[in-house]
Amino acid sequence: MNVLAQIPTPEIPTDDQVNAIAKQLYCPVCENIPLDVCPTQACSEWRELIREKLAEGWSEEQIKQYLVDRFGDSVLATPPPRGLNLLVYIIPPIVFLLGAYLLYKVFVSWRSPVDEVALEDNSSQIIDHDEYIDRLEDQLRKL
Amino acid sequence: MNTEEVNETSNHDVSRNFRTTHRLRWGRILVWIGLLVLLGILFLGLYKSQKGQMKIGERAPDFTLHTFDGKQYDLESLRGKVVLLNIWASWCIPCEEEAAILEAAWRYYQPRGDVVFLGVAWTDTDKKSEEYLNKFKITYPNGPDLGTRIFHAFRATGVPETYIIDQGGILAGVRLSQFTSLEEIKNSIDPLLEK
Repeated sequence: MNVLAQIPTPEIPTDDQVNAIAKQLYCPVCENIPLDVCPTQACSEWRELIREKLAEGWSEEQIKQYLVDRFGDSVLATPPPRGLNLLVYIIPPIVFLLGAYLLYKVFVSWRSPVDEVALEDNSSQIIDHDEYIDRLEDQLRKL
Repeated sequence: MNTEEVNETSNHDVSRNFRTTHRLRWGRILVWIGLLVLLGILFLGLYKSQKGQMKIGERAPDFTLHTFDGKQYDLESLRGKVVLLNIWASWCIPCEEEAAILEAAWRYYQPRGDVVFLGVAWTDTDKKSEEYLNKFKITYPNGPDLGTRIFHAFRATGVPETYIIDQGGILAGVRLSQFTSLEEIKNSIDPLLEK
């Protein structure tokens, strides 16, 4: 009886494993198409390249870095936070905070359009010096 | 409240108002500077993208090509020679159509020593690029366009594209589609060699 040696065969990465990385990348040739759904021959070759690298034991980060080195930053779905790309991360929160501050100021101005204390002071002054009321009070005293 | 207290309070208010106004003014200046910087960046980006293709007579951008066989070519070090730079990809059918013509032209010019052909594989995998080079028996130096830097430096729009650079580093010819005959390549290079 022959006993066949159990040679471990290298595991072939599944489509799901390949697409998990491919969906974080964009086709460097056709604009705005994620690599996992890009139908071109070139994209199919790059997905195959990801499969090969995964089979060789490369990590997700290593594969992404390799593709960036080959095809540039534009293959990444999220731009790396360096250089001018930093603006993408800095400007939106600043604009959001500025907008929130402006809204706050507008709402506060709507809530108290006139200084209530000043209004009360003014009204008491007006009442103090109203001649009509003075005359009316005089007349009432005479009765 | 006596007169001194009133004066003190009033001075305090004036100083506080001054500080607030000062701060507001600086805030506005900073916002305007920020907006101007942003507009400047936007303008530069638009200017770059609208610059269009390279024109004959422009100085060719310097580049470094690391070939598949481990050599390195810099445009700067090739001064005095005519350089034909062909940008291609293994998945590009028109590139296949001109591959044999380019190789024939290279074999024609190679013995002279004053013409250099360089092939740049754009957005390609090494494996497929080497298969392509073997398939068409291409012998002139070829390498990957790392980071697509050469493609962008030449403001290329697709593949195949060929740039012919004269002995002084000036762009002398641009071909935005495939060559269809050896004569077309000769017509682009020979006038430069007669200079």
